[in-house]
Parts: sequence; structure tokens; C-alpha cells
Amino acid sequence: MAEYLINPRHAETNRILDIRHLTMMFGGLRAVSDFTMAIPEGGLYGLIGPNGAGKTTVFNVITGIYQPTEGSILFDGREIVGLPSHLITRLGIARTFQNIRLFQNLTVLDNVRIAYHTYAGYSLVEAITRLGRFTRRERILTERAQDFLAVFGLQDRQLELAKNLPYGEQRRLEIARALAARPRLLLLDEPAAGMNPREVGDLMELIHFIRDEFKLTILLIEHQMRVVMGICEWITVMDFGEVIARGTPREIQNNERVIEAYLGTRSEKGIKFDAFGS
Amino acid sequence: MRQLKILLRVIVWAIYLALVVGIVLGIVSLVRLNGPIYFLQAVIDGLKLGFVYALIALGYTMVYGIVRLINFAHGDVFMVGSFASFYAITQYGWGFIPAILFAMAVCTVLNVVIERVAYKPLRDAPRIAALITAIGVSFFLEYFTALRWVFGPDYITFKRPFKVVVWNVKGVLISNITVIIVVLTIILLLVLQYIIRMTKVGKAMRATALDKPTARLMGINVDGIISLTFALGAALAGAGGVLYAIAFPQIWTFMGVMPGLKAFVAAVLGGIGNIPGAFVGSLLMGTIDVLVVSFLPMGSRLRDFFAFFVLIVVFLVKPTGIFGEPQIEKV
Amino acid sequence: MSKRRRGFLPSWVPTLLVAVLLYLLVVYAQKSGKITTYWYQVIQLASITAISALGLNLIYGFNGQFSLGHIGFYAIGAYGSALITKDFLVKWSGMRIGALSWIIAGQVGLVLTLLLVKWMRVGAVRDRLRAGLGAHLKGHETWVLTTIVVLLMTAVAVAVGVLVAGQLHKWLVLALGKILLPLPKKVAQQVVFLLALLNGGTMAALVAFLVGLPLLRLGSDYFGIATLGFAIMVYTALQNSDMVIPTMKGARGMVGIPRWTTWPWVFGALVLSVIIIRNLIHSSHGRAIMSVREDEIAAKTMGIDVNQLKTVAFSFGGFFAGIAGGLYAHLYGFLHPSSFNMIKGFDPLIIIVFGGLGSMTGTIVASGMFALVIEGLRVLLPQGFEDWRFVIYPIFLLLIMLLRQQGLLGTTEWGWLRAPLPPERDIPVPERVVQPSPQDDEGEEA
Repeated sequence: MAEYLINPRHAETNRILDIRHLTMMFGGLRAVSDFTMAIPEGGLYGLIGPNGAGKTTVFNVITGIYQPTEGSILFDGREIVGLPSHLITRLGIARTFQNIRLFQNLTVLDNVRIAYHTYAGYSLVEAITRLGRFTRRERILTERAQDFLAVFGLQDRQLELAKNLPYGEQRRLEIARALAARPRLLLLDEPAAGMNPREVGDLMELIHFIRDEFKLTILLIEHQMRVVMGICEWITVMDFGEVIARGTPREIQNNERVIEAYLGTRSEKGIKFDAFGS
Repeated sequence: MRQLKILLRVIVWAIYLALVVGIVLGIVSLVRLNGPIYFLQAVIDGLKLGFVYALIALGYTMVYGIVRLINFAHGDVFMVGSFASFYAITQYGWGFIPAILFAMAVCTVLNVVIERVAYKPLRDAPRIAALITAIGVSFFLEYFTALRWVFGPDYITFKRPFKVVVWNVKGVLISNITVIIVVLTIILLLVLQYIIRMTKVGKAMRATALDKPTARLMGINVDGIISLTFALGAALAGAGGVLYAIAFPQIWTFMGVMPGLKAFVAAVLGGIGNIPGAFVGSLLMGTIDVLVVSFLPMGSRLRDFFAFFVLIVVFLVKPTGIFGEPQIEKV
Repeated sequence: MSKRRRGFLPSWVPTLLVAVLLYLLVVYAQKSGKITTYWYQVIQLASITAISALGLNLIYGFNGQFSLGHIGFYAIGAYGSALITKDFLVKWSGMRIGALSWIIAGQVGLVLTLLLVKWMRVGAVRDRLRAGLGAHLKGHETWVLTTIVVLLMTAVAVAVGVLVAGQLHKWLVLALGKILLPLPKKVAQQVVFLLALLNGGTMAALVAFLVGLPLLRLGSDYFGIATLGFAIMVYTALQNSDMVIPTMKGARGMVGIPRWTTWPWVFGALVLSVIIIRNLIHSSHGRAIMSVREDEIAAKTMGIDVNQLKTVAFSFGGFFAGIAGGLYAHLYGFLHPSSFNMIKGFDPLIIIVFGGLGSMTGTIVASGMFALVIEGLRVLLPQGFEDWRFVIYPIFLLLIMLLRQQGLLGTTEWGWLRAPLPPERDIPVPERVVQPSPQDDEGEEA
């Protein structure tokens, strides 16, 4: 059995994402080193690790923002290394960013409509002349986007500029926008960063909701142990660009190497793992 | 499979060989066209021009490195340097060295004033606002100095404060002007390198260029350092203005536009923000300039075309210049 | 923004009204002799500049690509269309329709070449080769071989393009002669003028496409410098243009271009440009163009083909610059390379920054004000102080930038140019919604 199998219970055929021996070098720096991970379709998975462990780099390589030095990534059995970002997204991978990257000076509605652009269904000429499919398709596009915003409780904000939303709603909008691109795999990069405990609670509810409602696979990077332990079914832990542990939340909590990676020393036994979460 | 691999290798190396032979043949035919002396002369004249470009380019690259502003007015500061030394020499009868120091001082004061008045208030504004201001300052300097009672709109002949001596080294003519330009430029560059690498101020400059907020937190007077950068750049440009006027003794108030732009392109060619890069880029730019003029028919009319053509070619191969580090977008 | 109300009238009504009034006002002022021919031309020039600046606003204001080379496209449009119309009057290449057919044939050939490159899937072949050879050879060796294959394929495409263009030219000369020469002179003039303008625009657009293809991948400032280099190359080429095409007269300036540009032509072109850009911007494609300005990486991860959209915006921007250049050429009947030098090249940039990046209304208003300042200074300055014009103008510029960093209007638009409001309807709220829990304190923002 291949070493990178994340969970022996899942058959190989079922994998939506299969990362094999991924290495990413920046100059002489090895940001990710021989990283291997597979995710079966459906469910919630976590990727955790201390700062600078290379988690976000993995996301950037998956979404085609960086080209890996070595390794392969199969999405639904198809090699995606070397594909440009937008094609990877169109295949069905969407993501959010650690430091929210909304289209700040555009409205909330436009943010979502941009994610629908791939499915706009009218040409440049039709747009300029306002003939043909334009009127009908544009109306459908707008209505879909509005319905979508309503699901996230943002329908009253639709004409507000994205930068004017409060922080929690910006996060919510970014997730909504990613979902509007119709992904089968959603990558969330520290969705709870900078949130207060109540907002974190809302977020966890939101993630559960998305998983149920949109029937997709979610992989998330998170620092707050409360989130990871609360919602992930299976966790991969990274440190210095390498995988140091995999397992269920319970297994990870008691893993010596993980505790060492986070606390830096082996000796301080007895410190509970979630002491540094929230 | 193995044979195919060898075949491909052979093809590639044949192409390399052809390229090398082509380049060598090209140079040889250039040399034989008008004789090796003509060619060497062109290269030496090109390097002379390149050293002057280097003095301007450094100011551009330092200012860009520290505030990310393409300071279009820099070429005009260079022009003011020429005129300042002109007046020092003809009106006050000063010698060469005092004239250079005077030009450097005038440019320094001017550039610091420009920075304080026009750029500093816009430090937190969108970058384009400062760029437009730089264009405005450039226009202002050009047209203001072109007024009759300032420098006047006409070409003025620059009187050299020393006798021109030309040595004939086996047919290649080298004048004391070339020697002065090269020696002075190298001295100034070494002083600059000393300031940037060895002094505390230099360290502060490098820190500010890397990360302004953090530099401020470390107790560095960021505004002061930025002013100092403008001052250093202007002093070099002032010296450059004098040397340019000595080499090409026709000065007028729009003389800074093209050398300024080319020096900037040279800085970009070498990798903007990179001081040795700016130096190498400038020498390259100067040499290309003179080679085009010397060897192409109608070369003097096409020199600007080739200067920018080279820039675009370099961009296509290496998008951040010869010594520039590749941009890695932080996500 | 959220409180934006629907007006009593549909937004196009007041906008149309203002446009018609503006048009009639100028016609009236000119007919009744209220303004001199000089000012009449200034108004036309301001509108022409507005068209060009709108093009740059599409590139820089909406798509976020910092271009300093806009004047180059303006120049290409000007000289391209001038060659056509001048040739219509003066014999140049032996035949009366020579330049027109050459320019059309040339463009068709170029487009065909580009299409062939696309059909031959040069990009895919390159990627295949790179992947295939990369496994066996070293990086630089792979690069050399793939480059040579790509160059060979491109050469084939170019050869086909040139051949087709050559044949097409012969045929076009005959066809255009058959169509144009029997027409009454007045009609033929207008048709040729229209063709000349369109060709100026498409030439500029094609050049923009070709230039943009490699350059748009550069980072923002590097792109600005590269385009500045392009503009200076165009300028230098124009100064020496007489070496290739004698009619262009190089640095002596091209004279004898028919002065066909009139207020209706200029106004019509401006209105059409505004309509095209407005419709483009307020569509899914336009929103995608703006998303590139806002955040390129986020746009990519939303499935948006960033490079394609940059090329689209850049080519469209070049097209409008070309049209404006064509109108400019036929306004004064005289073209000189120095009208397209670097100093003039900053004008459209200054206008769009001053009017507000990403505001069409701002660009139009700023074009008018720009002309007013430049020409007004000419009138207002007393005798003996004419030289002060360009001393005072930069001071204006400085003050405006210091006082209004976002430009006159920021990104606000007026009337019909504003983004249309989404249709009014009751948004169905789904059964299960994720609402944030009620906030205790309103001002809680990070």
C-alpha cells in the first residue's frame, strides 16, 4: 500500500486530490519537501502546522500560482501541474486567501458575478452591442448571484463596496465568491484568522453548512485548534515543509512529534494540546 | 531513444556553435569594415558615454529602490548641474573641481527641495499621483529654466575649464576628457559604495528600501533617509551634468530628457534598485549607443530606436533586468 | 452606495439630453460666429483627446495596466489613416487606391498569420516539446530546440500571411477602384474617410495586440517602461519614416492631408467610443477586466483568463487611440513626429489621472478642462509672457495632485455611464441560511 494514502479506509479510485512527492524550492530554500497527500471525495480535511511550515505554499502550488520544482498533483485523476491557474479553477478547485483578497473597489454583487464569468454565456460582441443572448444571460447571471448572496445572508449588502464590509462579512463573501466558481474541491486558507470567538463559531457553522449544502470536498488550513479539531475528519500536519503526522483529530492531539513541532520541546508533557488554540 | 538524445544534443550544440561563430564573424566584419582602430574608438567613446549615464542612472535606481517612484525630473536635475557649472566657470571664473562641487551642491539642494515640496506630501497617496507630480516637476524645470531671464531657450556652448589633450595610442584617440570622466566616475562610485555598504546611514538606507514601516519601528528617521537618498542621487547627477557638458559641450534646457531616459532604461536593464546593475547597464547602453551611431547607416537618427529595442529584448528574456531578482508574488 | 435610488427617468434620458445639447451648442456657437475657428478646433481637439484618453482609461483605469505608450498607438492611427486619405488625392504607389488596399491587405495578412499560429497550436506544441525534451535534455538545450521549432512554425505562418496579403492587395485595388471611383466625389470622400479612420484604429489595435502579447506579462512598472520604450521607438521610426515610405516625409512633417475632420465626425466618434466602452465595462467581460485591476491572483483563482483580458483591454484601448489619431491627422492636415513625442505622450495619462482612474465621466470632463487650461493660458497670459504657459501648467498639475489625489471624480460615474442597478425583485431567502449571530457593538471591524 502506497505510503501517501491518507486513510486506508478509502479506495484509491475515490480520490479527488492526489499530491505525490511535491517539492517546491525558492532559490535555495526548500519550502515544501517531498509532500504527499491524498484526499477522498467528500468530507472535511485539515492541513495544519506551525508558521512557515509550507501550508500556504501547498495551496499555491495546487492552484497553479507557483510551479512546483518536482512532483505531481492529480485532480480527479488528471494531472494539473503546469496548467495555468484559471484552467485549474475551471476544472473545479476554488480557494480563499489567508489575507482576504476580495475585489475591494467592486460591489459585493460584482464580486460574486465575476466568479460566474466563466458561465456568462455571451460574447464580447454581444456585450458591446447589447444584442443576442446578452440581456437574458445577464439577467440570469445577476439573479443567480443574488440568490447566492441570500444564502449567505448578504443580499442586503449587494450594492456595497466589498472593502466597506465588516471583517467577518468579508470572510463570508470571500467564501461565497469561491463557491460561486462551482468548485468540487474548496481550499480554505486560515478562514478563522483574525476572528473573535463568536465569529469563529459562526464560521464553523458556515463550513458545516457548505459541506452539506454544496456536496463538495473541503481542505482547510487553520491555526485555531478549536476549528480544526471541531470540524475536520482527518488531519495532515506539516513542519519545515514535510509531513510529520497524519490522522484523526484525536490521534493528532496525542502525537508526540506534533506537540514537539508546536511547542519546540519534548519535555513539557502534560500541556494540553488545545492550550494554544483558542 | 539514446541515439535520439545524442542526435538532439548534437543539433543543439551545432546551433550554439553557429551562434558563437556568427557573433564572432559579426564582430570581425564590423572590425574589418572600418579597421580595428575605428571599432576600438567606438567602444571607448561608448564607455565614456556609459560612465556618464551611470552617474545619472544611480540616482534613478536609488530613488526607485527607496520610494518606488520613477523620478522623471531626475534628468532635469542633471541639466541644472550642467548649467550650474557653466555659470561657475564662465561668470565666476572658477576652476574645474570647484565647478563640479558647486554643481553637485546646487543639484543636491534642488532635489531635496523638490522631494520635500512635491513628493513628500504624496507619500501615502496612490503611486500614480507622485508619478504625475514628477512629470509636472520635470516640465516645470525644463520650461522655467528655458525662460529668457533664467537659462534661456537656446543652445549654449560650454567652455571647458582646461585644455583638451588628445593622446594617440596606436591610432586610438584618447583625450584627457575620457580619462577625467572615467576616473571621476569611479571615485564617486566608490564613495557611494562606501556610504551604502560601510556606514550606519547606508545601512539605514538599505533597511528603508527593504521595509519602510519596520525601518521606522527600528528608530530610523525614514523621511530623513529618503531625503538623503534624493540628495546623493542629485549630487551624482550634478557631477554627471558637468562631465556630460565637458564631453558634449552644447547645453540647453531640454538636454536632460534623453540622457535621463536612457540612464533610467540602463538602470532598468541592469535590474532596478540594484546599484552594480545600474552601472553595468549604463556601460552597455553607452556602448550600444555609440556602436549604432558609428556603424549603422543613419545611425545617429536611429540610436534611440535601438536603445529601447535592446530594453524590450532584454525584458522578453529576463523580465526584471540583467541582475534583477525574479519577482515572486507573495500570496 | 447601497442607498442608491432609482431615478424618476431611466438614466439614459438625461444623458442623451446633455449630449444633444452639447452637440447643438457647439454647432450653434460656430454657425453664429460666437467662437472663432481656432476655438472650434480646440473643442474638436479636446474631444479627440477624450477618445484617446478613454482608451487609456480602459487600459490603466479599468484594467490596471500602467501604460506609458499610448501616444504610440495615437501616432500609428494618425499616420495610417493619413496615408490612406492622402493617397486618395495624390498618387503614391502608382494606383489611386494603393495605400488603402495595402493597409487592408496587410492587416488581413497579419490577422491570418496570427490565426494560423493559433490553429497550428504553436503554444501546445511548445509545451509538449518542452515536457518531452525536458526529460532527456538540459534546460537550456530544451529551450533552444523548442524556440527553433516555434520560430519555424511562426515563419510558415508569416509566409502564408505575406503571400495572401500580396494577392489580396492586387485584387483589392481592382475591387476598391470599381466601388469607389464611380461614386460622386463627396460621397467617396466620406466613405474613404470612414475606412481610413477604421483602418487607423484596427492598425493601432493590431500593433497593441502584438506588443501586448509579450509585454503584458511584465510587472506593472516594467510594463510602463517597456511601453514607454515602444512609444519612443514609434517616434524615432516616424522621424525616419521617409526612408521607407517617402510620402510620410519623416522629420520634415507630412503635409497635404485632406482636412476632413468636422465636429459631427468627432462628436459621433466620441459618442460611439463612450457607448462601446460603457457597454463593455458593464458586462461580465468588463467586470472581469476590472477584477484584474483589483487583484490579479484572486481573479485567476476565480477562473478568469487574466492574460486574455489584458490583451483584450490593451487592444481595445489601442483601437480608440488609433481612431483619435486618425481624426487628429485630418483636423489640421499636417502631421509631425514631434506631435507624438514623450512630452505629449504624458497628456492622456495626466488627463485620466486628473479625471479619476476608472471614471469615463471624469475622463471626458478632464479632457475639456485640460484643453481649457492649456489654451486658456495662451489667451490669458499678457504679451511677453507666452513662455510662461508651460511654467504655470505644471504648477497647476502639482496643486491638483496635492489637493485631489484620487482625481476629480474618483471612480464615480454620471447618468447612463453608471453601472446599471440590478433589476428590482424579491430575492427568495432559502430555508436554511447562515446568518451571522447578532452583533453587540456595531463598530467592530478588523
